[in-house]
Amino acid sequence: MAAQVQFRQIQFHDVTLGYDRHPAVHHLTGEVSSGALLAVVGPNGAGKSTLFRGIVGILKPLAGSIATDGLDIRDIAYLPQTADIDRSFPISVFDFVGTGLWRATGLFGGIGKAAREKIARALAAVGLTGFENRPIGTLSGGQMQRTLFARVLLQDSRLIVLDEPFNAIDAKTSADLLALVKRWHAEGRTVLAALHDMDLVRGHFPQTLLLAREPVAWGATSEVLTAENLLAARRMCEAFDDSAAPCVADDMPSQAA
Amino acid sequence: MMTEALIAPFTEFEFMRRALAAVIALSLGGAPIGVFLMLRRMSLVGDAMAHAILPGAAIGFLLSGLNLFAMTSGGLIAGFTVAILAGVVSRTTGLKEDASLATFYLASLALGVTIVSIKGTNIDLLHVLFGNILAMDDQTLLVVAFNATITLVVLAVIYRPLVIESVDPLFLRTVSRAGAPAHLAFLALVVVNLVNGFQALGTLLAVGLMILPAGIARFWSRDITGMICIAVISAIVSGYAGLVLSFQTKVPSGPAIILVATVLYVGSVLFGNVGGLVRQMFPARHLEA
Repeated sequence: MAAQVQFRQIQFHDVTLGYDRHPAVHHLTGEVSSGALLAVVGPNGAGKSTLFRGIVGILKPLAGSIATDGLDIRDIAYLPQTADIDRSFPISVFDFVGTGLWRATGLFGGIGKAAREKIARALAAVGLTGFENRPIGTLSGGQMQRTLFARVLLQDSRLIVLDEPFNAIDAKTSADLLALVKRWHAEGRTVLAALHDMDLVRGHFPQTLLLAREPVAWGATSEVLTAENLLAARRMCEAFDDSAAPCVADDMPSQAA
Repeated sequence: MMTEALIAPFTEFEFMRRALAAVIALSLGGAPIGVFLMLRRMSLVGDAMAHAILPGAAIGFLLSGLNLFAMTSGGLIAGFTVAILAGVVSRTTGLKEDASLATFYLASLALGVTIVSIKGTNIDLLHVLFGNILAMDDQTLLVVAFNATITLVVLAVIYRPLVIESVDPLFLRTVSRAGAPAHLAFLALVVVNLVNGFQALGTLLAVGLMILPAGIARFWSRDITGMICIAVISAIVSGYAGLVLSFQTKVPSGPAIILVATVLYVGSVLFGNVGGLVRQMFPARHLEA
């Protein structure tokens, strides 16, 4: 990683993200350098998914801003936690994974021989060779997750955002998919993943952001995942107060709107 | 004898040939739209829209008689007004979109029937409500064919984003801005095809030649290309058989077409090879892997 030229892939400028004015991520400042492999951990409701939705531009910040260093927001590969995918829609695994090529093909671009080979290689990489013509409705949970990883693979993005990618996935599948994550890391891509398995984070992710609505700690994994930090994160309750007063932490009143 | 009953009506009478041409055009445009309506769980939205466009079509009808161009424009305006108003109300008040659409289409239907009955005759009202495919003039036929052509061209343009938006809307949102325009264009196509079906089948049944073939297709194919082909074919078959039935009996043409489609639908529910009832009752032996 040190050999590569590093720059700031993502910069958070005092970002607050939330719903109906209630913050779910509160005053986050910091940066993710390019090529980083960053785990985002924290209890349920800590704002991990909200942060990711902010990064990929689905959610507009309530205050502050997120910069992605010239990377078009639509060039970020995003694997959401609860993909609202209509599994009953009659589409084959091959075609579904092929949608990962959207940025290259767009509305009309043909899927030629080269693209077909790319799709086949992506399916092989996630161990789904032979599933090309199966409708996505017939896949198991683990196979569907492999399919989604194949699509991320095809998106060929410099920045990859994975929201709890190993949830409800068996050991074999998560090991396979983790190998893919490490391959992306080795290729110099920036990878962010929300995770709950601390052993997995300690074993494979060099950097960690511990989030509990507000950032608790951010840095090298071994320094972040200490007992007291984790306890502090757990203590910060999921505060959603209907009658909460407007936040005054903003120094600049112009942003309060 | 049999061939005479099946073919003679069309060789002998020009109005039957026109009707057949119209029904084929309607099938080519409407059936693919119906498949997408079904797959996007919007079948009843299509039904509601059919009622919502009535006042616009009625005003067009009163201003310029049975001029399909005027009726189409009026219908498009009314349809979009209702769709946008319903969308705005549900977005600003939190009322669910289906509930707000229901109120608007009912109001719209009442308004449409009122307009027709104040200004027109009972025969006009019957015509608007049930259509008459046997009274198709050249100009109307051209408009129907034109609308069907437009439908197929636009559908080809928005096909990819429309499919992706149906399967995984969040993904499309993260990679492209094409989702919303594709959705709007699709709604416009729904309205165009509903108005198109007016002359042939009337407001109440226009949606039938879109939804029933889609329902039939679901029982015979597992992929969307197959579904669209089967839907188009079954719509054409229903149209043709309905016209023959209507010619040989006293059944009005519109209901005859939809009734034939219904028979095909019931047959598909029973015998279809994708989830048909008989197939479920007598399943083949399970496989090894």
